[in-house]
Amino acid sequence: MTQHSPDLSRRRMLFGGVAVGAGVLLAGCTSNESSPTTAQTKAAATGVNNEPGKKVVIGFSAPADDHGWIAAITNNAKAQASAFSDVELKPVAAGADPAAQRAALSTLVSQKPDVIVVLPHDGKELNAFGLEAMTAGIPVINLDRAFPDARAYRLQIKGDNYGMGVAAATYIIAQLKAKGVSNPVIGEIPGIDALELTQERTKGFNDTLAASGFKVANRRPAEFTVDSGQQAATGLFQALPKIDAIWNHDDDQGVGVMAAINQSGRKEFFMVGGAGSKKAMEDIQADNTVLKATVTYSPSMASSAISLARLIGQGKGMSDLVELQVPKEIVLASETITKENASNYLKLGF
Amino acid sequence: MSDATPTPTATPERPQLPAQSPPVDPAETAAASEAATTSNRLSWWRGDSGEGARRNLGLIGVLVVLVIIGAMTRWDLYSNPDWVWGNTLTILKLASVVGVVTVGMTFVIIGGGIDLSVGAILALSAVWATTVATQSYGAGGMIFTALVVGLSVGVVNGILISYGRLVPFIATLAMLVAARGLAAEISNKQTQLSNNTFINNIASEKLLGIPLLVYILAAVVAAGWVLLNRTTFGRRTVAVGGNPEAARLAGINVRRHTLLLYALSGLCCGIAAIMLTAQANSAQAATANLYELDAIAAAIIGGTLLSGGRGTIIGSLLGVIIFSTITNLFAINGLSSEAQNMVKGGIIVAAVLVQQVQFRSITQFLGRNRLTNS
Repeated sequence: MTQHSPDLSRRRMLFGGVAVGAGVLLAGCTSNESSPTTAQTKAAATGVNNEPGKKVVIGFSAPADDHGWIAAITNNAKAQASAFSDVELKPVAAGADPAAQRAALSTLVSQKPDVIVVLPHDGKELNAFGLEAMTAGIPVINLDRAFPDARAYRLQIKGDNYGMGVAAATYIIAQLKAKGVSNPVIGEIPGIDALELTQERTKGFNDTLAASGFKVANRRPAEFTVDSGQQAATGLFQALPKIDAIWNHDDDQGVGVMAAINQSGRKEFFMVGGAGSKKAMEDIQADNTVLKATVTYSPSMASSAISLARLIGQGKGMSDLVELQVPKEIVLASETITKENASNYLKLGF
Repeated sequence: MSDATPTPTATPERPQLPAQSPPVDPAETAAASEAATTSNRLSWWRGDSGEGARRNLGLIGVLVVLVIIGAMTRWDLYSNPDWVWGNTLTILKLASVVGVVTVGMTFVIIGGGIDLSVGAILALSAVWATTVATQSYGAGGMIFTALVVGLSVGVVNGILISYGRLVPFIATLAMLVAARGLAAEISNKQTQLSNNTFINNIASEKLLGIPLLVYILAAVVAAGWVLLNRTTFGRRTVAVGGNPEAARLAGINVRRHTLLLYALSGLCCGIAAIMLTAQANSAQAATANLYELDAIAAAIIGGTLLSGGRGTIIGSLLGVIIFSTITNLFAINGLSSEAQNMVKGGIIVAAVLVQQVQFRSITQFLGRNRLTNS
């Protein structure tokens, strides 16, 4: 009926064939197997706490963020839980926002786990959940993002954002003083500026610099993504023709920052990273880039949280401490990784 | 089956499309005939075809103002010609990725649609092109993957919109979410490093002192300009966007054309994905965040009508460069990005307001006054 010439249909066949072929070819290209990131777990040591005890069911919830650090948190929690024979981990998806996470957590509470470990989207918004679970008799372990109400958690374990800034500034000051730079140009590339954690990091950085009479010359925020890191760093280089030191808050966006450094050919400065990714540690160890140090904010806290959740569930304390129960608050120190000690930390890189 | 394109009109000889002839305004014809008596070139300038050129001149004026502000606030930098040249190239380099995306977006908007999924397509293409498996095929495999993934996702958008009859806003919004999800799934939420020196060098190598990224942007813009202004495809795009019903009656296969527009946008995202991967030496599912808004905003301030039927590639390019220059201006002055976002918002609003108070009629009014004075 139709007036299509056979020529056209042959062309369509050709197009169709090419499309199917490309599809098959590409489907094979999604595999990503050669880069397994090793999880950070605590190998079982000898001691009374490592004897298998009462079975503990741990509910776990962390946001589904597209960020290496959050991914490492989830992986660590799962790996640490499977390292214990007496722990059963019940992970629930946290969804995209605090409301979704609250809904997921309510269903978790109704399943009556022994302990809940939660990395909230926002500590303030999920405070009510913490209270509810604690009232229901389930100990809540808050991971990293604090609940404002002390009754809403049994244990708080978090990183030290202010301390990160302090550690980065301390390293930069020491290096500059050693070089005898009196009036240094210091650049800063923070992550998402609207977040409280970014503001705390910056405050720690500025306070410490100010104590030595230094200040930040220019500050270009990125968004924790590689492309935003590249753009922020490029902007910084345009603004400051000569730089002595840079602190980049986040090693994930640091990949983009390093790309920008290579593209601009600038190497008159040294850089300090943040968080402690595996890539950053390897670069520091190799000592062939401007990245000379990174200050940790380690996702290993998730592994520790699971270990402590187990102890809380079994009513045990930390064996090195005198107290019979796990303490209420633990803040990880932000450690400075340099060429000298990078090999010790590599196993903690994510 | 082939009722939309019956054989006699299957190969239309450039039909005179109703949408292409602009609505005739009495004052305008008067002005046009008046001008025609004086000079042909002037009448072009004041006439309808000069509209885009006048608008672009306005955008260049904005750019000049931005550069003057930059020179006034940081004379210590601007007094060094080497720095100014390097900075100009940096601005163009930063504009290159969004610029390529904006070319595709301009076509889609002129064609009466919108593509909210460009940032997500870009991220998906970049992630897919940097998986360990793809990278094992070398630079060719990575480029092929990025282009085909971008194109395919664009085709899916196009099919959903033109044949599935979904509203473009909804279809591409769904694609935005889905493509980011797939990208996160493929990358396992990790940052994927690009270990391919050929790809990484695209962002660092220069040819005759000009970065390769700028050449790519120039090539895409040139191709887009030719496609829009010198081919049947371009004329059809304007026709479909201006009045789809008239375009259909004139023998244009509106559905197929709409599909092609989204495919083109997807292909541009694929090209941009290679450029972004080169720039960042890596890819991750969260990259190119909100690029769709940057691209739409650039097209709008470049004079593309959001309801379709009008727009220029050069205008969109200028829009991208203006945003990139503002970012640069705020960076060199060490101002916060909050203030920068407010200024960007203000510029978008101002650009749309200018469109509403009929930029054209103001300039013609001024032009007529000058004529009567002489």
